[in-house]
Amino acid sequence: MAVLTRESTVGTLLRFATAGSVDDGKSTLVGRLLHDSKSILADQLEAVTRTSTERGFGGTGGGIDFALLTDGLRAEREQGITIDVAYRYFATAQRSFILADCPGHVQYTRNMVTGATTADAVVMLIDARKGVLEQTRRHLSVVHQLRVPHVIIAVNKIDLLDYSERAFDHVADAVRVVTAQLGLDDVHVLPTSALLGDNIVDRSPNMPWYDGPSLLELLETLPSTDDLESGQEDFRMPVQLVIRPQGALASGIDDPDAFRDYRGYGGQISSGRVSVGDRVTVSHNGLSTVVTGIDFAGSELTTAAAPQSVALRLRDDFDIARGATIAAEGTLPGPTKNVTASLFWLDDRALLPGARVLVKFGTATIQAIVLEITGRRNLDTLELQPADRLDVNDIGQARVRLSAALPVELFAHNRRGGAFLIINPSDGATLAAGTILERNDE
Amino acid sequence: MGRAHEDRMRAASVNETSTSLLATPTTGHGLSTIDMLESEAIHIIREVVAEFERPVLLFSGGKDSVVVLHLAAKAFWPAKVPFSLLHVDTGHNFPEVLDFRDETVARLGLRLTVASVQDYIDDGRLRERADGTRNPLQTLPLLDAIAAGRHDAVFGGARRDEDKARAKERVLSLRDEFGQWNPRNQRPELWNLYNGRHTVGQHLRAFPISNWTELDVWRYIERENIELAPLYYAHDREVFQRDGMWRAVTPVSLPTEREAVETRTVRYRTVGDMSCTGAVESDAADVAAVVREVTVSTLTERGATRADDRISDAAMEDRKKDGYF
Repeated sequence: MAVLTRESTVGTLLRFATAGSVDDGKSTLVGRLLHDSKSILADQLEAVTRTSTERGFGGTGGGIDFALLTDGLRAEREQGITIDVAYRYFATAQRSFILADCPGHVQYTRNMVTGATTADAVVMLIDARKGVLEQTRRHLSVVHQLRVPHVIIAVNKIDLLDYSERAFDHVADAVRVVTAQLGLDDVHVLPTSALLGDNIVDRSPNMPWYDGPSLLELLETLPSTDDLESGQEDFRMPVQLVIRPQGALASGIDDPDAFRDYRGYGGQISSGRVSVGDRVTVSHNGLSTVVTGIDFAGSELTTAAAPQSVALRLRDDFDIARGATIAAEGTLPGPTKNVTASLFWLDDRALLPGARVLVKFGTATIQAIVLEITGRRNLDTLELQPADRLDVNDIGQARVRLSAALPVELFAHNRRGGAFLIINPSDGATLAAGTILERNDE
Repeated sequence: MGRAHEDRMRAASVNETSTSLLATPTTGHGLSTIDMLESEAIHIIREVVAEFERPVLLFSGGKDSVVVLHLAAKAFWPAKVPFSLLHVDTGHNFPEVLDFRDETVARLGLRLTVASVQDYIDDGRLRERADGTRNPLQTLPLLDAIAAGRHDAVFGGARRDEDKARAKERVLSLRDEFGQWNPRNQRPELWNLYNGRHTVGQHLRAFPISNWTELDVWRYIERENIELAPLYYAHDREVFQRDGMWRAVTPVSLPTEREAVETRTVRYRTVGDMSCTGAVESDAADVAAVVREVTVSTLTERGATRADDRISDAAMEDRKKDGYF
């Protein structure tokens, strides 16, 4: 299980999402994490304390309803529910964190998927008294299918079971059965009490039998997705736009002739690393050339890696436009029009076979037809079952025909190259998240 | 600010930037937080420019919009920033910020449109509020300016850490023809695939520094040597205490007889409308000192300085639903 030394994560960023069922203490955990890491400032705490008191919130939480910290909308505070993913930011001396706080009940797939697509880690709560529930299984399945690199399972409310090692082991064993079934390999399980702060920021003195890290210690040392992958995946950069000054030069450039023939391909490296002198292939025409420069706002780099935003200069002037991908030579699969994909359906309008949609891969947006829905995942058994439609929050599979051949990749091999959006062509709504399972080459 | 000062700013934008980048790790492994946020913001700015016909950047001269403009300059280097700027002037803006705004626009050779709340009040399209604050009055001139400029995308420097309602905002936020935000029906944002599709009459607000905190912004200003309006740094000013904040003595914020005026060393953490923006006592006279101060601050930026957000828990949410940023 991947953990880095503390020295190597100083000053870096980790994005994580929370997941769990209703009433398992997720808001309390988030509040405790922010509070104990001293990330809640005095005026926020004062506002939350004031509202908690007004609402008559009391009891063991020290009089603070931590949910008020993250429930930002009027309707959420009034109804005591969480409607949408909220983002929280905090930093320790070690590292900065972006926390996507995903509500656990209604529309859980939609929120989980949103939070998980950008997460380096998911923190999932399990009530120690209840153990692994159907919902735990579902969440873990989503995490697995979206290839979130790290899973942290907090077996929470352990204080209510007298900090019992046996109770923890019982739950942890059940968790490991599920994660093994799914094939999740980076799983950390730890006993916590979010309410009392055990193993959240500091290691708990109440569980001498647990000698692992606290939740925050773990978060401080996990490698990010880009750290894990930039060395392993092949170089890819979808071209966002072509930078050609054509006389309209940035301020500070005094020589009008300096960049007369400049042509830089602007994009964010989606995987791997590129260096000056590397041979690359351009997806639109399959032609190969050499990287002659990597520019970043006036400075030239010799090498760059995901997720840096750069501008590449190439030896040959091909006709390269937005939507093309520049890749390490010989590593990009050939273009295909037919794919089988997993779809995470997010819209209230159902998907039916024959639907005409837009798909966005990288920087390419093209038309597509959903030829056939090949199944819907039973979220309790996780089995794929026959289906002829997908409704909101369903996870299913479909065969999709693209209007133009694209060098799409299997999501299992390349996250960015195998991920796409499905968009409603008439109103522009984002209908689904998709991941490529198979290329059905003709 | 004179000629020498402008020259220094120009030098800063080229040479200092290059120098500071040498210290930046060029590997994915161990890329710093600031590098990650910068890369993400440049990606967002480029996506919007590539997918929209007529983007515009809301530029007040405040630190967040200055940072977004700096990021845009980096995103398109060596080409010029390919969009114009828009400012909704409440008529209550700090004069030194407006001066800084105009100097910056001139230095970069960009075009700025100013929509004036004062004009709207003068000709009766808007009425002054009883409490004197003009923040809510910005929405109508903003929407008119967006329509007049036929802008389909509007960049802003809003950050999610500023406010609970903003914490729920998307990076690309769809607005209807009334500019309204519907927080209960937002598009999910997946991976780094931003969906900018919209229909006639709709536009999108784009927030490239959504994921930055106040401290990230200041660390970036320090690293990139970004020039700011002088009132962000400690200076002596005539102030009086109101609502637990130091308020400057200006034509739109005058002390009552019971409010004693004194000279204090203060700086501004935010530079909104003079009628409702407070200063904080500070001796942080340069960017390094501000970074140190923000690091240990026990108050949020808005909590410390914005009287209008103290009206209610949902003040920002209500303004956003009506088309505000």
